[in-house]
Amino acid sequence: MADSTTITANAIPAPAEEAHGIWGFSRAQFGALGVMLVFLAIAPFVLYPVFLMKLLCFALFACAFNLLIGYVGLLSFGHAAYFGMGGYLAGHAAKVWGATPELAIIIGGATAAALGAVAGWVAIRRQGIYFAMITLALAQMIYFVCVQAPFTGGEDGIQAIPRGSLLGVVSLDRDMAMYWLVAGIFILGFLMIHRIIHSPYGMVLKSIRENEPRATSLGYRTDDYKLLAFILSAGLAGVAGATKSLVFGIATLTDVHWSMSGEVVLMTLVGGLGTVFGPVIGAAVIVTMQNYLAELGAWVTVIQGVIFVICVLAFRRGIVGEIGNWLKVKL
Amino acid sequence: MDDIFGIPAPLLFGQLLLGLINGAFYAMMSLGLAVIFGLLNIINFTHGAQFMMGAFAAWMLLEWAGLNYWWALILVPIIIGFTGVVMERLMISRLYKLDHLYGLLLTFGLGLIIEGVFRNQFGSSGLPYRIPAELQGAWDLGFMFLPIYRGWVVIAALILCLTTWLLIEKTRLGAYLRAATENAPLVQAFGVNVPRMVTLTYGFGVALAAIGGVLAAPIYSVNPQMGTNLIIVVFAVVVIGGMGSILGSIITGFGLGIVEGLTKVFYPEASATVIFVIMAIVLLARPAGLFGRA
Repeated sequence: MADSTTITANAIPAPAEEAHGIWGFSRAQFGALGVMLVFLAIAPFVLYPVFLMKLLCFALFACAFNLLIGYVGLLSFGHAAYFGMGGYLAGHAAKVWGATPELAIIIGGATAAALGAVAGWVAIRRQGIYFAMITLALAQMIYFVCVQAPFTGGEDGIQAIPRGSLLGVVSLDRDMAMYWLVAGIFILGFLMIHRIIHSPYGMVLKSIRENEPRATSLGYRTDDYKLLAFILSAGLAGVAGATKSLVFGIATLTDVHWSMSGEVVLMTLVGGLGTVFGPVIGAAVIVTMQNYLAELGAWVTVIQGVIFVICVLAFRRGIVGEIGNWLKVKL
Repeated sequence: MDDIFGIPAPLLFGQLLLGLINGAFYAMMSLGLAVIFGLLNIINFTHGAQFMMGAFAAWMLLEWAGLNYWWALILVPIIIGFTGVVMERLMISRLYKLDHLYGLLLTFGLGLIIEGVFRNQFGSSGLPYRIPAELQGAWDLGFMFLPIYRGWVVIAALILCLTTWLLIEKTRLGAYLRAATENAPLVQAFGVNVPRMVTLTYGFGVALAAIGGVLAAPIYSVNPQMGTNLIIVVFAVVVIGGMGSILGSIITGFGLGIVEGLTKVFYPEASATVIFVIMAIVLLARPAGLFGRA
């Protein structure tokens, strides 16, 4: 990409700024993290916990997606496959195998990561637009497999998935108990992504995003780096999907469908590509919007399309990117 | 001679014909995508929606204006092509200096808008469109019955594809187009109005999708999702063929349609996924695609 305006140009970090801070967070980011944690602690007493859990699952999904687009510059247009497959496997494990919730989520995440390893191995052979088309096509293949495979229940999906008891001890049937688990998973995933980005490995990823031939010439096996990033992203998306299927007790074709892949792109775009908090805010905006506009039916699709167009034409930094630009900090 | 590889001949030829028809649509769609990509460097995600608009426009012309299939074949590409021109001028042209991925995201959003509007207006169940009187009936070929309309679709698609190929490879306009694909600023320096050519190229690609929609209207039911389901397969076709060669995308399109048809006969469970599997194999063996340049 010779153009100076790469897709995440707004998010190019100033290295000196990153060297400081707590756990790799800059001061502004640490403040924002504090605000987020306080919100997570207070929110379930004010808002409907099931809605918050849905929001957090999508926020983690969007953060996992952002790891690829924001820090490696790879647009995966098929992330629903890993999200949905994580959900299916977790649901199957919890319902049929009687796995405890934490085990079901781990199984979901591991399956998604394994699937990501295969798909990523194929997809990283091409860059840019081709990469997007290939990931979309592979995800569509997985969708068709899910339509036909017996264990997914076809059109019905897997229903009545039990939430079970955490470690076999703490029952998760109460929404509040489940909420703390979901919040914990989200925070763990969020911090893990942050740690990945700020590790030496993450630095190499960013160098690949900026100039892949140069990274290659410096001796990095860029394909290996990209593949590992893809696996991590797919695995975390799987964890998000697994958690969602336990929260709602259902895993369906909706979560594997290409429109779900489009939704996670939209969330990340609205929040701000390549920003740490953007995907979280974007997920909150889109999930809230869907919640309030649900009765409008197909107009939701139209509204999402309009938001896509506006974001691409006039609002490429996203909400968090714009705020960061306005406050002159990197969020 | 009734069985071929243990498969009844009518079934085999029937599926081959279906495959050939699907292949005709793959070829037309991937051709349009390739032409647009060559000059604009964007993947037109709206292509599926524009295909669907073509089918709906044919239906509207018939139901609301009383204009029959043949009029639709002429008018629809002009109308839908014009909407493409407007879209390119108003929105897509603002993105040429940015990363190509933004073009993909913009056209994806536009596709969502169009599909959503049509779903609100017409529901998602699908509308029937009658086969024109001149093309009803079937020919008895001896080994199978060939519905005339299906034969016509394959022939019309072939003619369209070959005309496009001739236009691009053998005419002066096509030479400008190929030159601009290689090096747009240089062609502009020679006094060719490249921005206008870009706009018209987009309109032409969209018109190809729209004709595809008109041809498809009597075969598939006219419904808002018909384009999106097609476009994802066409993306795989484009990846397999590579977008470097016009003739390559035509051959790949027809070829994959036939492979898909044969899969329906010999291993029906895999017919929905076979093209994606082929895509994965081609990527592993020849990442640039069968006809692509690395």
